[in-house]
Amino acid sequence: MTTQGRPSKLIKGATGDWEVVIGMEVHAQVVSKAKLFSGAAAEFGGAPNSHVSLVDAAMPGMLPVINEECVAQAVRSGLGLKAKINLRSHFDRKNYFYPDLPQGYQISQYKNPLVGEGTVSVDVSPSERIEVGIERLHLEQDAGKSLHDQSATESFVDLNRAGVGLMEIVSKPDMRSAEEAKAYITKLRTILRYLGTCDGNMEQGSLRADVNVSVRRPGEPLGTRCEIKNVNSIRFIGQAIETEARRQIGVLEDGGVIDQETRLFDPNRGETRSMRSKEEAHDYRYFPDPDLLPLELDQAYVDALAAALPELPDAKKARFIATHGLPAYDASVLVADKETADYFEAAVAHGARSRDPKAVANWIMGDVAAYANSVGLSVPQTHLKPAQIAALVDLIAAGTISGKIAKDLLVILIEEDKDGDPAAIVEARGLKQVTDRGAIEAAVDAIIAANPDKVAQAKAKPSMLGWFVGQVMKSTGGKANPQAVNDLLKGKLGI
Amino acid sequence: MTDVTELTLAAARAALVKREISAVELARAQIAALEAARVLNCYISETPEQALAAAASSDARLKRGEARPLEGIPLGIKDLYCTKGVKTTAGSRILENFVPTYESTVTANLWRDGAVMLGKLNLDEFAMGSSNETSYFGPVISPWRRPGSNVKLVPGGSSGGSAAAVAARLCYGATATDTGGSIRQPAAFTGTVGIKPTYGRCSRWGIVAFASSLDQAGPIARSVCDAAILLRSMAGHDPRDSTSVDRPVPDYMAAVGTSVRGKVIGIPKEYRLDGMPPEIDKLWGEGVSWLKAAGAKIVEISLPHTRYALPAYYIVAPAEASSNLARYDGVRYGLRVPGKDIIDLYEKTRAAGFGKEVRRRIMIGTYVLSAGYYDAYYVRAQKIRTLIKRDFEAAFAAGVDAILTPATPSAAFGLGEKGSADPVEMYLNDVFTVTVNMAGLPGISVPAGRSAEGLPLALQLIGRAFDEETLFGLASAIEQSAPKIEPPSKWWT
Repeated sequence: MTTQGRPSKLIKGATGDWEVVIGMEVHAQVVSKAKLFSGAAAEFGGAPNSHVSLVDAAMPGMLPVINEECVAQAVRSGLGLKAKINLRSHFDRKNYFYPDLPQGYQISQYKNPLVGEGTVSVDVSPSERIEVGIERLHLEQDAGKSLHDQSATESFVDLNRAGVGLMEIVSKPDMRSAEEAKAYITKLRTILRYLGTCDGNMEQGSLRADVNVSVRRPGEPLGTRCEIKNVNSIRFIGQAIETEARRQIGVLEDGGVIDQETRLFDPNRGETRSMRSKEEAHDYRYFPDPDLLPLELDQAYVDALAAALPELPDAKKARFIATHGLPAYDASVLVADKETADYFEAAVAHGARSRDPKAVANWIMGDVAAYANSVGLSVPQTHLKPAQIAALVDLIAAGTISGKIAKDLLVILIEEDKDGDPAAIVEARGLKQVTDRGAIEAAVDAIIAANPDKVAQAKAKPSMLGWFVGQVMKSTGGKANPQAVNDLLKGKLGI
Repeated sequence: MTDVTELTLAAARAALVKREISAVELARAQIAALEAARVLNCYISETPEQALAAAASSDARLKRGEARPLEGIPLGIKDLYCTKGVKTTAGSRILENFVPTYESTVTANLWRDGAVMLGKLNLDEFAMGSSNETSYFGPVISPWRRPGSNVKLVPGGSSGGSAAAVAARLCYGATATDTGGSIRQPAAFTGTVGIKPTYGRCSRWGIVAFASSLDQAGPIARSVCDAAILLRSMAGHDPRDSTSVDRPVPDYMAAVGTSVRGKVIGIPKEYRLDGMPPEIDKLWGEGVSWLKAAGAKIVEISLPHTRYALPAYYIVAPAEASSNLARYDGVRYGLRVPGKDIIDLYEKTRAAGFGKEVRRRIMIGTYVLSAGYYDAYYVRAQKIRTLIKRDFEAAFAAGVDAILTPATPSAAFGLGEKGSADPVEMYLNDVFTVTVNMAGLPGISVPAGRSAEGLPLALQLIGRAFDEETLFGLASAIEQSAPKIEPPSKWWT
């Protein structure tokens, strides 16, 4: 693990270079039907207080019972982060009063977390990879939600989220720039989505980040950190880090000191604000929850979960490079979203015929992705089917249509004939490439005959060929085989 | 039959099954008895209509020959057990008008077996106390009096209502709970039998929590046999309580009256306290002779960490309580005293809702869990707890089947007599009982004699984990050998 300065990441201050050091605590909502310690539904939404059990509302005499599926999900996540699974862990109570915390304590894992140290490989750019250490992952309850805007005189509480299982994933302070931090959370989200353990939806709050930021002179010991709470989009994480690092550098360069505190990022004003200082920090009075037994797992259980783990992004990327012959960049782009990677593979393998994976990748990452972006969807979310992409690629490969016609064909599939079979469309609309040498030759001859001056110029300047090709393609409605057009023109023009 | 309320539960059950008496008659008799005894303040809520309806349906079953184990038996329920549709107060103002929408597992087990609920029994607030004087609903008055005196005596606590109601024949048996002695001490003070089973034997689900790692449900009854009958229905695994244990519930009644020949009884020398009243020492000696005469072998044993148990208990129990009682915040249910903001609401609600002893324990518990004090208090108390557990394990490993001790250091005392200046004076009541909770073991209190003042005294037997059967066997041997303690006269009627 490199924690020394990465020169390219340094921030220039008025008095010299500064290094920003970033660690992250991510709260990831566990994908599970029920809450962590009660049978109530864990789903998002619903009328306020419609997913609340007696346990969630902390009625007298109610007891928590661990939801085994949440444990399995946390173990899967730990395995996906290449982390140590602790076969014995336990739950503690974190005591504090808040209206959205019915028990008066949050059940969490303080001393002995379920998952220990791990690591995430993060591609910051096509040419740069960093390793971010994972400190721990533990299970804990989410709180409810206070609603302050429903009445002028009262606040209301919605307990739908109270008791929902969260995984708190704590990174080591291994990130050195906003870009690295953004790449880390993006990668973490990808891994959790692959595992199916968190849906990663930041808008709905199923993935939330607290960002710890400090600055130091390169090579110096770590500076005092501030924690920026609950930043709810990847873009804001980047902005919050930049803003906070600049603030801290400003304070230090003015001869001030950084107070350890919790801060809030206000994206509208582009600033972080103090929420509470270390002195105001709660004394949470952690102690082991006497209502729950220690969580004991056996190795066979962990091994079985490990064996059933899906292929993870790093492995998939390596495979795409090795077996599909994709460039590393293409592989990275495709595996960043599991559904897109699956889409790609479905298109490559469609109909038990082999086709060029690179050609498929080009289409998915190129025109298809551009269309998907324009409508705010991912490629697999569009109506376009992998089979249609496969057919398109096959038509080009067989010389039935040209690349240019293929682009037109894609537009037809997008706009007109959404479920259409590309081969049938080509047939019906006469888009088939003209490969008949006679027909092409006639068109070539016609162009040559009509442009004697250009013919003369071409002999001196062979790059004129392109103009002739364009004319022939135009006169054939783009359907002439470009290779044949080229060959014929070259011969006839003598170039 | 003259007065059916004088029957033991076992006798009442036999009479019901033989149809010598009806369940409705039993219920009516008990309702009349408890209404006539309101001066004792045993019941916080009376549920006569519910009792009569349940008794009528029990009669129908009895008629069909489909009697369940407790068919038609009227019981009192400690008001710490949540009862669906019936106010459950925990003896506190903060839950004064709380009506659960759910039924505790233990009471549900009793109704499953045909028992009939007479009402909810008074207790120390949140089960914190040893005299039933901390209840928001006023103290329970013991049915016992010193001969020739009308000084009001305490029934013990925290299950004071349960013990007093059983002793005064205001129910055939009662549920109780024991965190540091709250079943055994009031049973001892009232001449009744109380057993705290092994931790995990009964479900805690639906019982208002005091200290989760120590709380355990159990019965208070008129005889060892009655306690065995009740525990069998109350006990059992509950998937809703992670600390409840999944093992079969034996027929405890079968253990009552079995021979104790060859049983090895340990007498822990550390329980011989300085300044212990001679009558307690004498009673303990008599217990030894009775068991010896019945064929048991008596050995002296050492439980060296005993003297640390009480201080350690008064760290662990308040620590858990301070957290368990955080939910009573005036936000969702129970008392709410409005405030200018949420903190003010919390403070006003909890100041008004909790009594002095509960507030004291919340403060102690909050203190011992605080940063900087946690290691010095809570962690050390847990270490002592482990040592206490090991003391018992060593004794049992050496072949001891059960341990005999006094149940309390004295007989019942007068209302207001103890603890008003120094709460520790009251805490000392639990000196013989808290070790058992700290170790999670079963303990039974069985009447064994009378004090010089004529008040009941009791012995305690401590057993191996999940070996309640041995305790029932030994307790019934003591019950048979000890001079019979006639129930208190009904001075209140």
